[in-house]
Amino acid sequence: MRQHLTLVLYGILCLVILFLVQGDWINAYLQLVIMYVGINVILGTSLNLINGYMGEFSCGHAGFMAVGAYVSSILNMWWFTDGNLFGNALFGPKASLFLFPVTLLIAGAVAAVVGLLVAIPSFKTRGDYLAIITLAVNYIVKSAIENIQAIGGARGFMGMRKVVNAMTETVPLPWLMIWILVFTGLTVATLHRFVSSNYGKGIVAIREDEIAAEIMGVNTQRMKLIAFMLSSGLAGIAGGLFAHVLGYINPGSFTIMKSTEIMVIVYLGGMGSLSGSVMAAVLFTILLELMRPLQVLKWVLIPLMLIILMLFRPEGIMGNREILDVFPRLRRFFPAREA
Amino acid sequence: MDIQTFFQNVTNAMQWGSFYALIALGYSLVYGVLLLINFAHGDIFMVGAYIGFFIAALLLGQYGIKLPFALPSEWIFVLTLILTMILTAGVGVALERIAYRPLRRRGAGRLYIVITALMAGLILENGNLALLGASRRAFPDLLQKTIYSVGGISFTNIKVIVIVAALLVFLLLETIVRKTKLGMAMRAISYDRMAVPLMGIPIDTVIVFTFILGSSMAALAGVLFVSAYPVLEPYMGAMIGWKAFIAAVVGGIGEIRGAFIGGFMLGFIEIFVAAVFPSTFRDLIAFAILLAFLSVKPTGIFGVARAQKI
Repeated sequence: MRQHLTLVLYGILCLVILFLVQGDWINAYLQLVIMYVGINVILGTSLNLINGYMGEFSCGHAGFMAVGAYVSSILNMWWFTDGNLFGNALFGPKASLFLFPVTLLIAGAVAAVVGLLVAIPSFKTRGDYLAIITLAVNYIVKSAIENIQAIGGARGFMGMRKVVNAMTETVPLPWLMIWILVFTGLTVATLHRFVSSNYGKGIVAIREDEIAAEIMGVNTQRMKLIAFMLSSGLAGIAGGLFAHVLGYINPGSFTIMKSTEIMVIVYLGGMGSLSGSVMAAVLFTILLELMRPLQVLKWVLIPLMLIILMLFRPEGIMGNREILDVFPRLRRFFPAREA
Repeated sequence: MDIQTFFQNVTNAMQWGSFYALIALGYSLVYGVLLLINFAHGDIFMVGAYIGFFIAALLLGQYGIKLPFALPSEWIFVLTLILTMILTAGVGVALERIAYRPLRRRGAGRLYIVITALMAGLILENGNLALLGASRRAFPDLLQKTIYSVGGISFTNIKVIVIVAALLVFLLLETIVRKTKLGMAMRAISYDRMAVPLMGIPIDTVIVFTFILGSSMAALAGVLFVSAYPVLEPYMGAMIGWKAFIAAVVGGIGEIRGAFIGGFMLGFIEIFVAAVFPSTFRDLIAFAILLAFLSVKPTGIFGVARAQKI
């Protein structure tokens, strides 16, 4: 029981949320906020793997998100809906219930392959130069999508709502919310297990000193490849979910602005702290929603807050620690896993 | 493409590259001294363009304050340029004082300063949007546009001014960095930040001066840019700033020569891509070339890999 306390707690949280949604206790707006929180948790934690744990400065995370968003939307439209774009549905709308997560995983895989665009130059390039590469990849993805007229180009792509509705019609449950909760949990669990495993500690070794890590027997090239692909793949999944929450995507949603938002989450939460990123994602999303009436001023206040945070607590909410390091007493409930 | 179109494109590329080079220089100067990517620099360019707009409007008497004597518009242009450079330098220095210096004093990591710079850029952009609204403004025509034609290739006087200004700035900065004591101090700080104060070099003064130089060059680029393309909007600095940053990196960041060569290179790539392919491919191909270039030569044209100690 005790080993699985985190899992049980998360399960209970999910059930409570689903119960509230199913019983119409919370309105559509709040549901939307919860879904955004989930997506931002995936994005924040996955970027933290690169920026926090591996110590590189990646600032083009929205590019991978865009790839995932487009791939999953296209697959879903092609498989489950009769549209003028791909002709008749390949599997029919009923199948979307089972195949929706498959499309998400495919989207993640494609985004991971695009992640190679960053991973391979990263063998030779470090630090500031790698920042440019990630930035360039973000722009390349964005303008590549803009130039493919078949998927709407700069006009955007829509119709994902039909897929979501088809799932709900087949079995009347809030499916999108379910998948977001599932993938959020999976992401955090995967990343936690990865970075605390013996193998994954090579990533932290790269952050501390790449050359020393290489000498100590860490295969730095493979490690970087895995880290970048995992991170971009997860961002792709988040992008797929994001596309279905919105029901409409266009290349303009995946600019540097979006990447900056994700970076804010990582640095707000603290580098190299998964629990920090989760907290920051929740806090940041809620803050964004609270500040919505301020319109443009919102984007003055949020950076200002981050600057003040950098001045007075540059390490973010959690610093380099996990929640168990901050509250050691919790260890009684969450015993450390034997490595 | 016949020879005439080719040279026409070359002149366009020279002008476009001059803007990139002037902005890239600010990135390179600050990076050369502080090893900090000043991501707010593109927005300093935007601020410069706006300050130039307001000064020009003021000098033209559009705010009800008439000058006692009417200045010819060329004089107004020169005055605008000088005042804008001074005021924008003030903005750059203020940014350094408020945002970067306290962090530097606390010994925070470089990454935190970079994030601060990114956020400062966002504040400038969106602060402008909140303050002045989203409406675009048109920069007044201060310079009488004359079109010269040499051998079938036509170019305007603004184009000539831009290119000449960029080359002059290049020569000036090369002299400052290579020949003067200040330049020596700048190079020394970049070489070893710890030892430099021990030698009696006022490190803060040198850094402030770096920001003054970089910001005033961005202001120069801003005013020249809106003279050539007279539309002002709050986000005008974002894209051109990122591109100039890329130019600085391709040249080898921290090198004045690199910033210039990189700026012109990017200008040429963009103009010729737009001349051959549909213009929507411009960013795609420009960034793909950058990616390929950095994969082959990760430190840029003039950059040297720093030795890493274990």
